[in-house]
Amino acid sequence: MKIIAEARNLRKWFPVRLGFFKALFSKRSLFVRAVDDISFYIREKEILGLVGESGSGKTTTGRLMLRLLEPTGGQIFFEGRDITHLKGEQLRALRQKMQIVFQDPYESLNPRMTIGDIIAEPIRVLKLANDEAEIMEKVSSILEDVQLIPPDEFTFRYPHELSGGQRQRVNIARAFVVNPKFIVADEPVSMLDVSTRAEILDLMTSLRDKYNTAFLYITHDLALTRHVCDRIEVMYLGKIVETGQTDDIIDNPMHPYTKALISAVPVPDPDSRRIEITIKGEIPSPINIPPGCRFHTRCPSAMEICREKEPELLEVERGRFVACHLWGR
Amino acid sequence: MLLQVQDLTTYYKTTRGYVKAAEDIYFEVEKGESLGLAGESGCGKTTVALSILKILPTNAKIVKGKIIFDGIDILSLKEDEFREKIRWKGVSIVFQGAMNALNPVYKVKDQIVESILLHEKNTSKKEAEERAAKLFELVGIEPSRIDNYPHEFSGGMRQRAMIAMSLACNPKLVIADEPGTALDVIVAAQVFKLMKELQQKLNLAMILITHDLSIIAELCNKCAIMYAGYIVEYADVRRIFKNPIHPYTQGLIDAFPSIKAKRRKISSIPGSPPNLLNPPLGCRFHPRCKYAMEICRIEKPRLIEAEPQHFVSCHFVSRKYSGDSYENNS
Repeated sequence: MKIIAEARNLRKWFPVRLGFFKALFSKRSLFVRAVDDISFYIREKEILGLVGESGSGKTTTGRLMLRLLEPTGGQIFFEGRDITHLKGEQLRALRQKMQIVFQDPYESLNPRMTIGDIIAEPIRVLKLANDEAEIMEKVSSILEDVQLIPPDEFTFRYPHELSGGQRQRVNIARAFVVNPKFIVADEPVSMLDVSTRAEILDLMTSLRDKYNTAFLYITHDLALTRHVCDRIEVMYLGKIVETGQTDDIIDNPMHPYTKALISAVPVPDPDSRRIEITIKGEIPSPINIPPGCRFHTRCPSAMEICREKEPELLEVERGRFVACHLWGR
Repeated sequence: MLLQVQDLTTYYKTTRGYVKAAEDIYFEVEKGESLGLAGESGCGKTTVALSILKILPTNAKIVKGKIIFDGIDILSLKEDEFREKIRWKGVSIVFQGAMNALNPVYKVKDQIVESILLHEKNTSKKEAEERAAKLFELVGIEPSRIDNYPHEFSGGMRQRAMIAMSLACNPKLVIADEPGTALDVIVAAQVFKLMKELQQKLNLAMILITHDLSIIAELCNKCAIMYAGYIVEYADVRRIFKNPIHPYTQGLIDAFPSIKAKRRKISSIPGSPPNLLNPPLGCRFHPRCKYAMEICRIEKPRLIEAEPQHFVSCHFVSRKYSGDSYENNS
């Protein structure tokens, strides 16, 4: 399968704003190293899961891939083309091919626009239709796709009249209406009720099958990734620590962080009770990243070398990459 | 029996009418036992907790029912008596959203000391401070951090501090309202582990309120499933997971994929929970239920003991146990 989007050595450092005097006298400027030299790719039609705790840089990565944020360094490729420095009209043309579904369905829809207008907006902005009739036709066909049926009933409603699940369908419709090749879905179900969560995920996968769209699925919920994603990238403090096929990663995690993440997921089965959590503490601040391996401060198997040398992401099995000194030898 | 809740019904008065947040709630908690109260957001879980602690907002009213704690009917107690005898000494709560539940302008220690002094008039400030330090140790926060302000704590530490505060007056029952939300997976797991350890060590009874069934599977002995203001199923946690009877429970369990299970299509329950201002007549679940019959639209099912110690409120089950054979009709 062809690669649709790719990041190479991607970096995003946000400058930390200091007070006037601090800025005047401090020798170096501080940065939040949200994404710190990561490389990965997404194939056509693939659902790639990006997993990690909050503060690991997942959302920043998603936005960088769509050029919603300017990268500090590295390159982004889309359909084989370097899009890192695209501007103006060219960038806008690209937007048709890549879209985003936001996390919070309550905040991401303009409360003063009707559902029809919300979904029609990308068509209007990108000038994908010749007249109003064509726009309305597109809107109702996508509303049908996301099962907001009958479409006529939803077109003139406002977001506040819809439930959380329905709003997220509108979000998905808005992303899909321009027929994109690549969608970043940033925690699309974390704000939804459990009983509606599955519907939204189903909808995403069935639309993927229909439109051949690739997904970057950003989430902290590992239990869901297993049932949704083809491959997983595990992120920790701005770095990718492990990547591979979903089943391989979950059945046989290699990086101590991945192991900890998986063991921390509660299992809905009273006969397999086992909260065994071996790692201590919380994720350090991305301003003061620990030297050496970023995870060594919490790692149960940290060695001398982990404090000094940052491990590289190495292929330990076919298609399986791990950044850990335990596997680097 | 430590706590008995019988027919508890709590409404909120709003300008658009009464929100029927909890109706005919029934459950029991023994000493040292942990009960999971599960359901989607807006199903009345928190209302039940606030009713037990008598800290409902002013527009709420307990319409009927009984709450018996340690042999005392707490709904008939006066506010002063309740504060002196039950609240915090008998029942305490760990509030939802650890990030915002502490007062940002007071030191964490002072907030714990306050809760001790308020409920135990005879304790001196010095004793209270010593106890606060011990509590910090108990929940695994370095005692040196006791003079910190909440913003100096991480999310996990704040949640630990909230747990310390709930244990300040040696309660017999702790209600934990969504203790894991707003925390990261690993930190949440650390908190759950702590709660489990404390529960066993102190022989605490616990009511764990959550929407996440897997946490209940990990931590609880019993489980009550709520939907749209009432309890649809109530039983031992193993029974709930191995042999769920109510269609809502079945749907909810199917909606929870296990990380260990083979890859499958996650199922969901069509539709969304009703508005409790105007809940559907009859069984409140009937608009989303695939087994709904005529009677479900008309009559509200009662919570009946379908199997020993396994309570369900569903007309399908009521028929089965009253001798009517529904199998022939379906």
